[in-house]
Amino acid sequence: MSYQGKKNIPKITSERLLIKGGRIVNDDQSFYADIYMEDGVIKQIGDNLIVPGGVKTVEANGKMVIPGGIDIHTHLQMPFRGTTTVDDFSQGTKAALAGGTTMIVDHVIPEPGASLVEAFERWREWADEKTCCDYSLHVDITHWSDSTKLEVESLIKEKGVNSFQVYMAYKDLYQMSNSELYEIFTFLGEHGGIAQVHAENGEIIAEEQTRMLEMGITGPEGHVLSRPEELEAEAVFRAVTIASQTNCPLYVTRVMSKSAADIISQARKKGNVVFGEPITASLGTDGTHYWSKNWAKAASFVTSPPLSPDPTTPDYLNTLLSSGDLSVTGSAHCTFTVAQKAIGKDDFTQIPEGVNGVEERMSVIWDKAVVTGKMDENMFVAVTSTNAAKILNLYPRKGRIAVGSDSDLVIWDTDAIRTITAKTHHSAAEYNVLEGMELRGAPLLVICQGKIVLEDGNLHATSGTGRFIPCTPFPDFAYKRVKARKQMATLKAVPRGMYDGPVSEFTAMSRGGTPSASTRSSPTKAPLRNLHQSGFTLSGPEEAPIRPAGRRIVVPPGGRSNITSLS
Amino acid sequence: MSGYQGKKNIPRITSDRLLIKGAKIVNDDQSFHADIYMEDGVIKQIGENLIVPGGVKIIDAQGRMVIPGGIDVHTRFQMPDRGMTAADDFYQGTRAALAGGTTMIIDHVVPEPGVSLIAAFNQWREWADHKSCCDYSLHVDITEWHKGIQEEVEALVKDHGVNSFLVYLAYKDIFQLNDSQMYEVFSGIRDMGAIAQVHAENGDIIAEEQKRILGLGITGPEGHVLSRPEEVEAEAINRAVTIANQTNCPLYVTKVMSKSAADVIAQARKKGTVVYGEPISASLGTDGTHYWSKNWAKAAAYITSPPLSPDPTTPDYLNSLLACGDLQVTGSAHCTFNTSQRAVGKDNFTLIPEGTNGTEERMSIIWDKCVVTGKMDENQFVSVTSTNAAKIFNLYPRKGRIAVGSDADLVLWDPDTTKIISAKSHHLAVEYNIFEGIEVRGAPLAVISQGKIVLEDGNLHTTEGSGRYITRKPFPDYVYKRIKARSRLADLRGVPRGLYDGPVCEVTVTPKVMTPVTSSKTSPIKTAPQPVRNLHQSGFSLSGAQIDDNIPRRPTQRIVAPPGGRANITNLG
Repeated sequence: MSYQGKKNIPKITSERLLIKGGRIVNDDQSFYADIYMEDGVIKQIGDNLIVPGGVKTVEANGKMVIPGGIDIHTHLQMPFRGTTTVDDFSQGTKAALAGGTTMIVDHVIPEPGASLVEAFERWREWADEKTCCDYSLHVDITHWSDSTKLEVESLIKEKGVNSFQVYMAYKDLYQMSNSELYEIFTFLGEHGGIAQVHAENGEIIAEEQTRMLEMGITGPEGHVLSRPEELEAEAVFRAVTIASQTNCPLYVTRVMSKSAADIISQARKKGNVVFGEPITASLGTDGTHYWSKNWAKAASFVTSPPLSPDPTTPDYLNTLLSSGDLSVTGSAHCTFTVAQKAIGKDDFTQIPEGVNGVEERMSVIWDKAVVTGKMDENMFVAVTSTNAAKILNLYPRKGRIAVGSDSDLVIWDTDAIRTITAKTHHSAAEYNVLEGMELRGAPLLVICQGKIVLEDGNLHATSGTGRFIPCTPFPDFAYKRVKARKQMATLKAVPRGMYDGPVSEFTAMSRGGTPSASTRSSPTKAPLRNLHQSGFTLSGPEEAPIRPAGRRIVVPPGGRSNITSLS
Repeated sequence: MSGYQGKKNIPRITSDRLLIKGAKIVNDDQSFHADIYMEDGVIKQIGENLIVPGGVKIIDAQGRMVIPGGIDVHTRFQMPDRGMTAADDFYQGTRAALAGGTTMIIDHVVPEPGVSLIAAFNQWREWADHKSCCDYSLHVDITEWHKGIQEEVEALVKDHGVNSFLVYLAYKDIFQLNDSQMYEVFSGIRDMGAIAQVHAENGDIIAEEQKRILGLGITGPEGHVLSRPEEVEAEAINRAVTIANQTNCPLYVTKVMSKSAADVIAQARKKGTVVYGEPISASLGTDGTHYWSKNWAKAAAYITSPPLSPDPTTPDYLNSLLACGDLQVTGSAHCTFNTSQRAVGKDNFTLIPEGTNGTEERMSIIWDKCVVTGKMDENQFVSVTSTNAAKIFNLYPRKGRIAVGSDADLVLWDPDTTKIISAKSHHLAVEYNIFEGIEVRGAPLAVISQGKIVLEDGNLHTTEGSGRYITRKPFPDYVYKRIKARSRLADLRGVPRGLYDGPVCEVTVTPKVMTPVTSSKTSPIKTAPQPVRNLHQSGFSLSGAQIDDNIPRRPTQRIVAPPGGRANITNLG
């Protein structure tokens, strides 16, 4: 059970802490035991523990103790056209801790053409200075070339990044072509990375945006009208196809609609290694607010893919999260002030995108999924923490309460009821997309790196105490299957003699070029009936024994009809 | 049963009079016993004890089925490919079609990129007018896209009787269009009332896979199917469906070759998309295991795109979907090449010219696989081999139905004949038949084309050049009634709100589509003293019940989400 890879952990604390009488909830089971932790690591779990004297003791009174939440998708302090999002790494991680999340994974967004490693270092600098909890980083691949390839390799091997996001939207800015996706996925599949996609068809969105603006629709409703959920589903489908083709694990960020979720669950049924990430906003609210007459309110919901105007969406996504068809949850927390959103007051395409959710994530899922009986508390731990840790290859250091794991713990109060409002939230944004929502379930006490950071409703977080947690490639959770498939996927040519019959004359250009115009002029001069191959070799069973052997190589037993899906 | 009189384009090519006695007339909706009298290539009377002129030639059907002649919606006769030409020209090809009970074909015009669509169309007309033995029509393939092409498409619809256009999602750097171009093509086609056909395969991925497969040293025909897995076909269909929905354009998927592809079409139809799927003789009758044949020439004969699926349960599955209506029409995609022509790609499968035979075998294969097995009845057989095609392409009821006023294209069908398909006996110019050795039940006993008997007692009596070009009008009812209704519903409106007059953040002026200046990133926090918490919007207006919240939101929603409708509120746009 013990986890000893603590090379990167400076001794930031000598605090010792004992939680007595808690009900430990992991993703596989719940049981009563005491937890003793020292130096930010869990040292003992059991009854009647022998601990040093003078240890601070927390009495859990039989309440649930769960692994701290991991918010696998944040955009804190994200640069945007000369400004930044309003929640920086300090403000954002405080909000996270207040909601029971003890680790965040932020996205590094290099400008197209800029160095990935430099951008990564910049984000490290910002985060090291300010975060109040542990963090990791995804790096977004916003352009693709041979030098990017080298940078991705060095990020994986030296910098502790194992997940990279590509964009199928944002035409002429971040968007990747299918060929680029193929190359990136191939590369990541070989190097043990996880391919994340922002899945929307940017080409069609660009066309639809033009159409909306031409019709005179300039308000936030134009945002959702130009990005219908079908375009999200289409892109997910395409990403799944390419990932399956390249045998690369796929991770779909921000699952916002029923159609997109359906594609993911279908793909999983067909055996694809794909993970779906609904976010706080899509699990908690819907896109009807885009039609609000209050511009500022409508604009605060603008994010991509947009919230679905179908009000049954949140319930549907919560159900798929409970059934395991969707695997992890993030917040995609990326907040702007009204003044920043107002950059797009006359043109919805200019509204900066992003919603809040880092603080509300755990409570939204508890309220929508556990209180309603869709999932139990163990599944709750899986989707808010454990699965994320497994995908990032941080398990069992994170995402589990076990001896040797980091002491990031939450005592969860299942009965607390609070109403979400911008007046009381810890984010700096003026609007909260979950405004007015009454949620059951909240953290009573939060322990981060062995220290109590939330107690009695008071936050005691310290900026700059968060550590960068490096992620290693080839996470077992995704790659055991991928590796097995790689071994199966050897393709072999059919051994046959050289064809030595006649060959037609043809214009020698390869298919890749435009055939010359003259090719069409004399159509009927080709040999009409070539009798070189004598009649009796045309038919009959001459190759019968070869066929099954050749097929056996490429079609795995019980496998799919698609014979290169495992390549 | 109402008469169809639009015969302006029909020259009087025949004065033949013909009476079929004792027929069991099979249309797509019902079967009944009656006599059929036809004159000048048109059905004049249907009924019992008909009063007909003396000396009329009489065929005694003896209670056998008489069905509307088959329509092969997809052929590529005489198709040019890199200086070569498909082995079956319009003469050979239409003869084979007639021999199999097909009395009309629709061929594809494939303009080379850079060549005028109309010039290509005229070229095909010339070839076909000289050689075709049965009526024909033409689809035009859009192999590139710009303003000039759009005007040509318009001219083809208005002046040349073309109402269907094919775009390619495959053949990267030759025919392939990107998503934006497809969006524009589909929008344009919808406005003109035509049908968007797609060759659905993801050409980008195929190009990558081809490189990889060749890199592995696989150069034989098996590389063709390995580089074009069926997932890539399904992906492209899904994308085409999405764009068609988005543009409210009717979609027609040519060559449905795999289960996954057929599934995507079936699902899209369940969601309300106006989409049609066309399996072909090859995908209904055989599978892709032959690509692994040790006989190179044989393996190469199966090369077509999308490829035949190596999953041997595919034909049965596609026949089932055809029977239940999820797939609607059948073609042959007949495009044959001699072995010596195929051998152009003997060292590199990507150079093998593509296409399989099937125009002669189509009707018998469907009868054998679907009707004999009880998947469909004879009426459904008529639907999928003839009537649906006529409806989709606006030829109905002139074609695809036995009724007074319809063309006298009829087949006397014998459900009991069995024959073994073989290259030795087929009517084609090529050495291989991909259905070699398959025994099929059901075959035409007599075929009447334009009121003339062209097949009788196993002998063909065809006339080169007797086939007429059949024009097709835009806005076929079968397809466009629904599209029109949706267009009317799709009125989008902005939300009427006052102007936002709060503070606006200063930003670097670069629009979103441009790369932001690098300096914007260096000092993110210090740049502007951002209002960390903007209190301009006063606190109590942010939360709780706001005056605007309830009332106006609902009516606007009602406009964009039709009752019982989908969550996708612009799919009717």
